[in-house]
Amino acid sequence: MKGKKIIAKAYLWLVLLVLYAPIAFIVIFSFTEAKSLGNWTGISTQLYQNLFNGSMQNASGLMSAVKNTLLIALAASTMATLLGTVAAIGIYHLHGRKRGVMTFLNNIPMINPDIITGVSLFLLFVFLGISQGYLTVILAHITFCTPYVVLNVMPKLRQMNPNIYEAALDLGATPSQALRKVLVPALRPGMISGFILAFTMSLDDFAVTFFTRGTIGLDTLSTYIYADARKGGLTPELKPLMSIIFLIILVVLLAINIRQSKQQQTKS
Amino acid sequence: MNKRSSWALPYFIFLVLFVVLPLLLIVMYALQDGSGHFTLRNITKFFSDKDALSTFALSIEVAIENTLLCVLIGYPAAYILADNKLNRSAVTVVLFILPMWINALMRTLATAELFNMAGIPLGKGTLLFGMCYDYLPFMIYPIYNQLKKMDPSYAEAAQDLGATPVQVFRKVTLPLSMPGVWSGVMMVFMPTVSTFAISEFLTNNKIKLFGTIIQENINNSMWNYGAALSLIMLVIIGITTFLQGGDQQEEVSGGLI
Repeated sequence: MKGKKIIAKAYLWLVLLVLYAPIAFIVIFSFTEAKSLGNWTGISTQLYQNLFNGSMQNASGLMSAVKNTLLIALAASTMATLLGTVAAIGIYHLHGRKRGVMTFLNNIPMINPDIITGVSLFLLFVFLGISQGYLTVILAHITFCTPYVVLNVMPKLRQMNPNIYEAALDLGATPSQALRKVLVPALRPGMISGFILAFTMSLDDFAVTFFTRGTIGLDTLSTYIYADARKGGLTPELKPLMSIIFLIILVVLLAINIRQSKQQQTKS
Repeated sequence: MNKRSSWALPYFIFLVLFVVLPLLLIVMYALQDGSGHFTLRNITKFFSDKDALSTFALSIEVAIENTLLCVLIGYPAAYILADNKLNRSAVTVVLFILPMWINALMRTLATAELFNMAGIPLGKGTLLFGMCYDYLPFMIYPIYNQLKKMDPSYAEAAQDLGATPVQVFRKVTLPLSMPGVWSGVMMVFMPTVSTFAISEFLTNNKIKLFGTIIQENINNSMWNYGAALSLIMLVIIGITTFLQGGDQQEEVSGGLI
């Protein structure tokens, strides 16, 4: 048993090592000044300084890409959470064929590869004559984010006692009070995890943004990196930026999971 | 009670407008020429275009190889992670899914740079390695979830009835974990067939995949041919989804966090 455990552990760490090698590579080379990845010219925090005081080439381009990424993700995931939560409540109360149709439609954006979602929405905006920009990107992100919110809220509806909402109404609450004081608190954990998932999916998206951003020069971090890499030279300040993003994600995810496992422990 | 089912209506309208209609538009544009007349020429153009056909075949081949590679590497990892005796740390599980949250383009670029530094020429080998690296977490996670949900008493019962560990795995654990494997296959196969930026980075534009051709056509305003190529991809997706059995998705992607 012991030998098996050692082999198992070794395997896990080996896979992790390979999985993290490129990320570690970015983080390590964010602490040197060299222009291209893989050139080591001594330890320096120059790139971090450049990033923060804006003394880099095309600083405004990168900064507006970061701002756009965050704004689009925030707008799209907020809208997706609202739309998805209302939709989940509706779908939960549907039966038979109607429910089947909604579940099927809700699955399509999740099964569709990004490029199909991107191309199809591009054609939609062309067809309707809508000029592409922030609005179309946000609408496109809402499209592929909402199904995940629905899926995260659904289990909370199943766990909820359906009579509580009715009881609140019977006891004189207005529908909006019942919604705010009964329904939303019960669904909140699902809404939050749906929101986080939608937010990260939007942050990470490349293909859908690429096809729906139009020609007004709107860049998110992904499209900025793509254009940058195609031009040949990757902006060196992307390394510290990515390292910082990586650190934030690491801390947030670990915090969420440690909190969850603590809650589970106190429950059991 | 019935009134609240009407809450699904706004989303229904949204889905029709932003999911169903756009997909129908792919079909419509694919079957039209530049001036809007019905034609099958876009479809026949693909089937007589040797370059496009070989790219298509290569994309399917790479996607199948990548998916197999992810199953072979990912299944043992998921199995170990889900086994209480072998792994008790929740942090290890988080470490495995964490890369999913990091910009895929950036990770891919870093992988390509690593190959450059190590002096490995970019080509099909690096393409497969880099893709496997990109999509491995999407394979591990659903399998891990499925194995975690499994009632351990099934395996114990098989053991008590005299099955060897290999038999227990082959006849009990593996079949019960197959829904997770299928979800993982869907989450890896689909994006691999359709990716464009990742394959461009990992091969320095030496190898084109199907997604790149679609992107080039759409960006060069050849919408009708681009739509026809997208339609062909949609058919592939439809077939794969049908073969996989469709609706197991709901449970697996539900608890990603």
